[in-house]
Amino acid sequence: MEFGLSEEQDLLQETVRQFVSEQCPPTQLHAIFDAGEGHAPALWQGVAELGLCGLMLPEEYGGADLEVLDLALVCEELAYGGLPGPFMMHSLAAHAIARAGDSDQRGRHLPALADGSAIATLALAEGEGAWRPEFWSTRSEGGVLHGTKRFVPHADLSDWIVVGLSDGRLALVEKGAAGLTVVPEEGIDRTRPIGRLEFEGTPCEVLEGDGAVLERIGDVGLTLLAADAFGSASRLIDLAVEYTKTREQFGRKVAEFQAVKHQLARLALEIEPTRALFWYAAHAVDHRPDEGPRSAALAKSHISDRAIQAGREVVELHGGIGFTWECDVHLWLKRIMFDRAFLGTPESLRERCAELEGW
Amino acid sequence: MDLEYSEEHRAYREAVLEFLKGWPLQGEEANLPEAEREALFRQRGIDAGYVYRNVPKKYGGAGEPADPLRDAIVREEFFRVGAPWDLLNQGAGMLVPTLLEFGTEEQKRRFIPKALTGAERWCQGYSEPGSGSDLASLQCRAELDGDEFVINGQKIWTSNANEAHWMFGLFRTEPQARKHAGISYLLVDMSTPGVEVRPLREMTGGSEFNEVFFNDARVPVTNRVGEAGGGWAVSRATLIHERNLIGNPNMMRDCFEDLLTLARKTQRGGRPAIEDPHIRQRLIEIEGYVRTVETSNMLQFSATVRGDALKAMRPMMMNKLYSTDTMQRIQRCAYDLLDGEGMLAPSAEDITGWGRNTSSTGWVEAYLFSLGPAIAGGASNIQLNIIGERGYGLPRDARPPEKT
Repeated sequence: MEFGLSEEQDLLQETVRQFVSEQCPPTQLHAIFDAGEGHAPALWQGVAELGLCGLMLPEEYGGADLEVLDLALVCEELAYGGLPGPFMMHSLAAHAIARAGDSDQRGRHLPALADGSAIATLALAEGEGAWRPEFWSTRSEGGVLHGTKRFVPHADLSDWIVVGLSDGRLALVEKGAAGLTVVPEEGIDRTRPIGRLEFEGTPCEVLEGDGAVLERIGDVGLTLLAADAFGSASRLIDLAVEYTKTREQFGRKVAEFQAVKHQLARLALEIEPTRALFWYAAHAVDHRPDEGPRSAALAKSHISDRAIQAGREVVELHGGIGFTWECDVHLWLKRIMFDRAFLGTPESLRERCAELEGW
Repeated sequence: MDLEYSEEHRAYREAVLEFLKGWPLQGEEANLPEAEREALFRQRGIDAGYVYRNVPKKYGGAGEPADPLRDAIVREEFFRVGAPWDLLNQGAGMLVPTLLEFGTEEQKRRFIPKALTGAERWCQGYSEPGSGSDLASLQCRAELDGDEFVINGQKIWTSNANEAHWMFGLFRTEPQARKHAGISYLLVDMSTPGVEVRPLREMTGGSEFNEVFFNDARVPVTNRVGEAGGGWAVSRATLIHERNLIGNPNMMRDCFEDLLTLARKTQRGGRPAIEDPHIRQRLIEIEGYVRTVETSNMLQFSATVRGDALKAMRPMMMNKLYSTDTMQRIQRCAYDLLDGEGMLAPSAEDITGWGRNTSSTGWVEAYLFSLGPAIAGGASNIQLNIIGERGYGLPRDARPPEKT
């Protein structure tokens, strides 16, 4: 009985944190954010060299065979550092191939995904934000795809796209396939740009796994998004602590004013204890199948909601500068806005929690 | 991370469950008065090594080797069946750990055994009319006269003083010393001439709190715990125990389950409230907080067991406020579900504090009661100072210079 991290997990987090703070300081983050591609090859290379690209993939394909918790801990740290790039979706898409692909498909795709030489992404949502297959119309007929997917992260960049089908299965589409149109949308989080994919008779490989894989990808994804929102909110708190200890008004550091101190303490109170909530979800998704889906939905709805609120407060605590483009705050606020909406809003996930409980 | 128990601990749980088959008592013992039944079973629990596990045998505990996992297993299983376990009152819950840490051998032998059985009940004399959050400003004086202290002054918000045999409290023994350094921790026999208790009436209608007046009450100097003028440090240790009593996740889970029961049986628009989309949203949002308390508690527990408590320092200093807020959310939601019956006044039977709730008026009482913990054991605004200053290194409040 031990609800804590191993030494290896502590070390993993330290390593990732150090990597991001050294390789992607805020000045560089701003530059990448402004350029809008949401990707820097050197950073991706660094992530790959740390062995993170195949964290949950089987060892035989070059992966590290670790668990959802390990991946969530990495997501927390990458979010804390604000690292742009396709890491989370790549990890989810590669995990989907590992779970749903046959041995031939795994053998062909996973080694390159594990070492980061190929990048994958996930195409799920349709319409304004339908994240579940019962609301999808994308289908595969005779080896070709028809349909439209929205909010696909790094759609332009990715070599492989894992597409959710209306029957709950998954299909794999290669970059530049015939009949595939990528229409970039202007995303709020420019570290993770999104696009619309139109499939008109696009050749694909259908993965043989059943709907259970899609469900699992959803649960893992919710957990990673919760961890990402937690890491982002933690960074916002630290930014506000730093700023209010430096900024002076009325001849004092503003953090000396109790109104400011209490506002900060309250928002930290809403965030810090929820670390355990995403840890638990991550553990449950792997080890407690009865609780996994609900724990993941609860963690994502709760943390992303609290994190959005933290964003609002941290803007306020920074005063006028907090509302500007040049300030760091909006980078993490927008990251949280992505985390909050992707795979379902808090409201829709709460309803799912209620349904899963049979209410 | 591994949420499964080891074989050793699973076997231990089995043994606890086997032991708990003895509760409730059977046969003639079942006819004893409630207090005697509880005392009898509690003593059996001590003898079997399950109750007061960490209190040495010579003071009336079980004297088992420290094992937080075994503690947790016992607590869980005893709690599940409502069997008499460690008393969680001021005596066993707060005084005993304090004496174990700071008391003389004589004090331990004299006071711990009877506090454990509840034969001697205790109350806590800290707050005064002029000293609430600024507790160290307390003025109730204990002047040394030969081998006795002579106490004059007043305490207030003293829970259960009207039923207590003894008080542990803070008194100003060194008026010349600096604020925190002039205080001693004394044990006062409530039957001492010059000690008078007057009950207060709370907004719930209950009378848990009291005022205690001291008028030349004489206390032997041997009843001082710790050094002369060292009472502040002694009391800090006690307050930590009180905060732990306030943030009890089992209690919170029960309370949330009761809320769900209420939401199932209450009607909204011709169907159970739990089917109403708005109520469902609210319930799950509250569950997010409840699960956070439960999982964060597990995290803190494991960190402590591993000797890594420092890593969990921030969530630990947040427990009291987080639990207070979460309980208030639960109670407020229940209160809202009562509809018009939220206008009903609780009757005497409803005044159960954190007890389980089944009736509307019980929930009304619980709603009112939930407003109290934001004040008791360190007010919420003080908790925010602690979190900001000690948790995040924010500057301390500007303070006026201390009087000497």
